[in-house]
Amino acid sequence: MLGKLDWSAIPFDQPIPLVAGAVVLVAILGVLTWVVVKGHLPYLWSEWITSVDHKRIGVMYILLASVMLLRGGSDAIMMRIQQAVAYQSQGYLPPEHYNQIFSAHGTIMIFFVAMPFVIGLMNLIVPLQLGVRDVAFPTLNSVGFWLTATGALLVNLSLVVGEFARTGWLAFPPLSELSYSPGVGVDYYAWSLQISGVGTLVAGINLVTTVLKLRTKGMNYLRMPMFCWTTLASNLLIVAAFPILTATLAMLLLDRYLGFHFFTNEAGGNVMMFMNLIWAWGHPEVYILVLPAFGIFSEVVSTFSGKGLFGYRSMVLATMAICVISFMVWLHHFFTMGAGPDVNAIFGIASMIIAVPTGVKIYNWLFTMYGGRIRFATPMLWAVGFMVTFIVGGLTGVLLAVPPADFMLHNSMFLVAHFHNVIIGGVLFGAFAGFEYWFPKAFGFRLDERWGKLAFWFTFLGFFITFIPLYIAGMLGMTRRMQHYDVAAWRPWMIVAAIGMAVLTIGVICQIVQLVVSIRNREALRDRTGDPWDGRSLEWATSSPPPVFNFAFNPDVRGEDAYWDMKVHAQQQSLERDRPEYQDIEMPRNSPTGFVCAFFATIMGFALIWHIWWMVILGGLGAFATFVVFAWRDHDEYVIPAEEVAAIDRVNLEERRGLISMAGAV
Amino acid sequence: MNLLDPQGPVAAANSTILVDSVFIMLVIVVPTIFAILGFAFWFRASNPKARYQPDFVYSGRVEMVVWAIPALTVILLGGVAWIGSHQLDPAAPVPGTGSPVRIQAVSLDWKWLFIYPDQRIATVNTLTVPAGAELNFQLTSSSVMNTFFIPQLGSMIYTMNGMVTKLNLRADNEGKLQGLSAHFSGDGFPDMMFDVNVVSPLAFPEWVATTAKTDAVLNEDSYKKLMQQGVEKGRPIYRLEDPRLFDLIATQHIPPGPGPELLSDAGRPHSGGHDAR
Repeated sequence: MLGKLDWSAIPFDQPIPLVAGAVVLVAILGVLTWVVVKGHLPYLWSEWITSVDHKRIGVMYILLASVMLLRGGSDAIMMRIQQAVAYQSQGYLPPEHYNQIFSAHGTIMIFFVAMPFVIGLMNLIVPLQLGVRDVAFPTLNSVGFWLTATGALLVNLSLVVGEFARTGWLAFPPLSELSYSPGVGVDYYAWSLQISGVGTLVAGINLVTTVLKLRTKGMNYLRMPMFCWTTLASNLLIVAAFPILTATLAMLLLDRYLGFHFFTNEAGGNVMMFMNLIWAWGHPEVYILVLPAFGIFSEVVSTFSGKGLFGYRSMVLATMAICVISFMVWLHHFFTMGAGPDVNAIFGIASMIIAVPTGVKIYNWLFTMYGGRIRFATPMLWAVGFMVTFIVGGLTGVLLAVPPADFMLHNSMFLVAHFHNVIIGGVLFGAFAGFEYWFPKAFGFRLDERWGKLAFWFTFLGFFITFIPLYIAGMLGMTRRMQHYDVAAWRPWMIVAAIGMAVLTIGVICQIVQLVVSIRNREALRDRTGDPWDGRSLEWATSSPPPVFNFAFNPDVRGEDAYWDMKVHAQQQSLERDRPEYQDIEMPRNSPTGFVCAFFATIMGFALIWHIWWMVILGGLGAFATFVVFAWRDHDEYVIPAEEVAAIDRVNLEERRGLISMAGAV
Repeated sequence: MNLLDPQGPVAAANSTILVDSVFIMLVIVVPTIFAILGFAFWFRASNPKARYQPDFVYSGRVEMVVWAIPALTVILLGGVAWIGSHQLDPAAPVPGTGSPVRIQAVSLDWKWLFIYPDQRIATVNTLTVPAGAELNFQLTSSSVMNTFFIPQLGSMIYTMNGMVTKLNLRADNEGKLQGLSAHFSGDGFPDMMFDVNVVSPLAFPEWVATTAKTDAVLNEDSYKKLMQQGVEKGRPIYRLEDPRLFDLIATQHIPPGPGPELLSDAGRPHSGGHDAR
């Protein structure tokens, strides 16, 4: 009846996951009770859960990422404490627990923190920057988000029901095959990623289509803001790379469920094929994450320097070069597998070549600052912090691309330090910069600067205190994923890294405090003009938060830095004069399709993990039926009457007028 | 285990390339970092002396320089990578004094088996080698992937079941070193560290002779016992019955090591796994 599921799935003998699970459960129940008792449920259902508004979906993506950041961060704290204490002892985490933690940490941080954070920001901002009212496929967008949430839910469920993978975040076979990992951990891993992978793929298709097909009048490709370009590149990579991940995991699942032999030791299975396939997805994946961050920094550096982006066309070229080359370098993840020197050297050099367009980007940001009038608001701090940090990560990355150096450093703590250097210093700093920068746009009030700056400094310093010791430990021969060790020389560095982790934690706490303080002071921090940073691109041309239709009139773009252009040249026919000819606007209706579909996908995923076959069929049919119902819908749009559009728009116009005449005078 | 304290020619060459590459990059990285901090500081909005040039958004000369600097660095480093990859290919010979020593390494769950086919002996978790001689490693795995790595001797390499990888090393100085597995392989992974005793060329035959006197015999049966999942705290030594044992393992004539289901204590999945098979 319940497949492999029975009471032994609940880890009654392990207090840490049990207590953690209980706390989370109580928190969720508490929030749910509060929502129901206060009567917020109808609001949440109609305004958020079923919303197909790209801005709302973007905010929900970021909320998911933030919550999961706390989970992944807790894993990180536990690991750093374990390695600090587990010298000549077992520490406080037994291997079967520690191994789950580092596997979950990697999986969560990449798939459920970094991915939703950048996809959320792209969702929120790209249609605004393009000057359009929505994304190409609004309901599909909602489906994509909810399927990602399903994956995150399943990963967290493994904390209390069963176990998570103990194989590392990429589940290399043969360790991840049934013979060596008979538990449900790898199944949790693989099904979570399969389901959320579908979500990511549809998000990618949606954003690629949006950028290619939905741009406002005059917004040709070489006038798009840099963030739109990096979004395009990143989502092209998603569309090209995620099917590889899906296929690879499908093969692993066939091995595990139906006795296939793609990657087993026996019967002609080939583990090297898995290594190649997973990295053929995995390497583009890091650029999927970091390219949008590059876009965010381009926007931030340009805005806060009060200048256009230096070498815009060069930046476009660099972005697309990275997009293409990133597909040709995957082998550098396993130089030590015994490929010949020609193969290793060619992939090593190809990997270094990526450093050229990346270096160009750094220099172009540098020259964007040159001759600027730089305001050090929090987003700009993150951007400068990023530039300094990322160069160090780039250096160690190019070093690892030199095969003979990699022969010493592969899989070491040096490698761990390197990819945290680029993922924290690049992606996470970028996500935080974007969060601070666009928060006023999403919610209509700015974030508290004092706490924001504190958060930056603690995170920045904490990062170096944590990861410089890991670089050193790697140089001392320490390999990654050690649950305990006996080498005295590593110990001090593990202790320093744990201290660094504490500093990083303070940074995260500051960020939470910042949010709370800002919400409490929101009236004082209110952004009435819609343009709090003296911005340059079209998202600042509408109110904060933007109305559901984004723009009463789709803007007419005359050059790069569309909104700056309008402000400086006072080409404000549409903005300065009152507009008599407001028209009705059609917007897509909200739809529960995404939520219902994800509900059934959750059931199906859970049932697949535990081999509850009747429930698999039930979930599958439910998800399919949801699509059928959606496909047969009669009314998919509703009309916002012209008077309502005019009323909403005029309020913002009044506020903006003063600002524009000021800027126009410059 | 310091990588910058190499004890053999491979490690010395690897770490030289490592250090040289870092310095080549520092030549441009350090000035760039200073430029970032300098520009950010000088062009702060509150500095009245800084000239505001909002129209400075393109300069062909600057573009040429910013593409050229990383490109030239990469060309230089690419040369280092190309030559280094060929000279330091793990399978490339590393000439030494005296006759080369053949060692067949097998990663087991979770220990290392070192077979000396010519000496007809085998050891677990301890590797004894003569200083100065070429060491020819052939490596495979009994079950999951691992990586054989002696940091102070250089180049690591994967071990995979049903496959043989090759690695040549040389240890120049007598002494004790440590090796480890550098690829996560399961619950006993951190206990896969092994001792490396580099002895004098004269002491090596003596050690071989002493070891060969042991009563413990390594054959298919004792190997199958050894490959059960578990951590080995001792340092067992064996007489090798059949010098073809490694080939039998590598060609899967001896089937791959079993997973955790034969175990009673360590590595027990705490749930879900009991009826998996």
